[in-house]
Amino acid sequence: MLLIPTSLPARSGLGFKPEHYPQILASPEATGFYEVHAENYMGAGGAPHAMLERLRADYPISLHGVGLSIGGAGALDRDHLARLRVLIECYQPASFSEHLAWSSHGAAWLNDLLPLPYTDETLAVICAHIEQTQEALGRRMLLENPATYVTFEDSTWGEVDFLREIARRSGCGLLLDVNNVFVSATNHRFDPRAYLAEFPLELVGEIHLAGHDSEELPDGPLLIDSHARPVADPVWTLFAEVIARAGPLPALVEWDNDIPEFAVLQAEAARADGILKGARDDCAA
Amino acid sequence: MTALLDSHAAMQARFHNALWTTATPDGLAQADAVERRFLVYRNNVQHGLCSALSQRFAVVERLVGAAFFTAMGRAFAASHPPQTPVLIDWGAEFAGFIEGFPPAAGLPYLGDVARLEWARGLAYHAADAPVADPAALTRGDPSGLRLTLAPSVAAFGSAWPVVSIWTNNQPGAEAQPLPTGAEFALIARLPAFEVPVIPLEAADCAVLRELHAGRSLGAAAGHGDPTRILALLLKHGLITAITGETL
Repeated sequence: MLLIPTSLPARSGLGFKPEHYPQILASPEATGFYEVHAENYMGAGGAPHAMLERLRADYPISLHGVGLSIGGAGALDRDHLARLRVLIECYQPASFSEHLAWSSHGAAWLNDLLPLPYTDETLAVICAHIEQTQEALGRRMLLENPATYVTFEDSTWGEVDFLREIARRSGCGLLLDVNNVFVSATNHRFDPRAYLAEFPLELVGEIHLAGHDSEELPDGPLLIDSHARPVADPVWTLFAEVIARAGPLPALVEWDNDIPEFAVLQAEAARADGILKGARDDCAA
Repeated sequence: MTALLDSHAAMQARFHNALWTTATPDGLAQADAVERRFLVYRNNVQHGLCSALSQRFAVVERLVGAAFFTAMGRAFAASHPPQTPVLIDWGAEFAGFIEGFPPAAGLPYLGDVARLEWARGLAYHAADAPVADPAALTRGDPSGLRLTLAPSVAAFGSAWPVVSIWTNNQPGAEAQPLPTGAEFALIARLPAFEVPVIPLEAADCAVLRELHAGRSLGAAAGHGDPTRILALLLKHGLITAITGETL
């Protein structure tokens, strides 16, 4: 069994935006892979599937779910697992990832990645859900650390220990979102370097980078994981430090709102590739 | 274990309820401005769902303005939340909701505008299907033939001039004078994935509905001359199978 359940290349990747499709076809090698949100490809047919079929002929695809509600107290949605399985069988993505979060309550889908207390009980639920998912999909998955704005009185685990224990019990890999680390660290007033120093980088199959927004609370900033602007300089610095320790990893730049021209995303991807190449050169030396 | 799992479920129930009220749920750790922090989630949920509706129902939003649409969208999202994570499947009930939404009562055609936009979205995401060889239609008398239409095809009708309203409110459209009375259209996805709204006469729409229901060309002809609809369906590659015998 692979140590890390992904076959994405250790290069930059970009979130696929349909409005960029013509430029993507005209810009071969702009990046090493594309990531799509699984739920946007669960219609029966039409343009989304045609574009994804074309894209996967040229690039490895990372399938990123936002709908499974791994941290939900209720049972996983078996219909949704079946939809994911169909997509995976059809497009054979190089990686499947989901979030340490919950996003549905009863029959209602909430369209956001909501936060969890980190307790022995939530740990058991999450591990059971991940095992069920990996069984249903016939492959291991990556689990992403969240950006959070609140924490819970009941939490008895630190987030890094919680993620490491989930990976140990369930066999999943981890998706390290460096922007999420920076956002959560700023919001909860802890040191992102201390968090990253503990993070089990040997379990990381993919990195996420994204931009955030900021506002001021009475005792400091509140950062919001908006995916609507360039990756911030402190996040680039943390990313470079992670890559210096871990070696090159697949590194995705996410930009989902106020989407700019493709050239702006290409520049972000090139910046990530520069950092990855530096690490490769260091390894070679 | 059961009691503790209940507390996980109870926490999520409290959190969920608070997303749709102005309260902050119990159980959050002490932090400065915890209400403002929780508001990020409330905004994400409500704004995210309203954005999904505004993408799907752009003309409805244009007709009522962003502020009205947001208020209506939030009310819809609270009472008719998505039932699956597949947001492209969410909104079928929006037209009916609009018709029962008292502040929109002065715009009695608004529900049908939403129906038209919903039908276009269905067509955009409908299953792909290969185009049938049309040769059978030109051999002998075709009145016994039945057509299978592309999954994206829909016959649209409204008692209001909703086809013109929709057309007038497309980006860059020059507003034309609105007719009065009912309007009809063929909605379908074309091979390059665009989804036009093709105006039809009432009789042509009746023929289309008959063909769509699987009745023979001869039976459909009882509602009007099928020639124009057949020409449209053939031109746009919207017939996926032709069955039955020519006479």
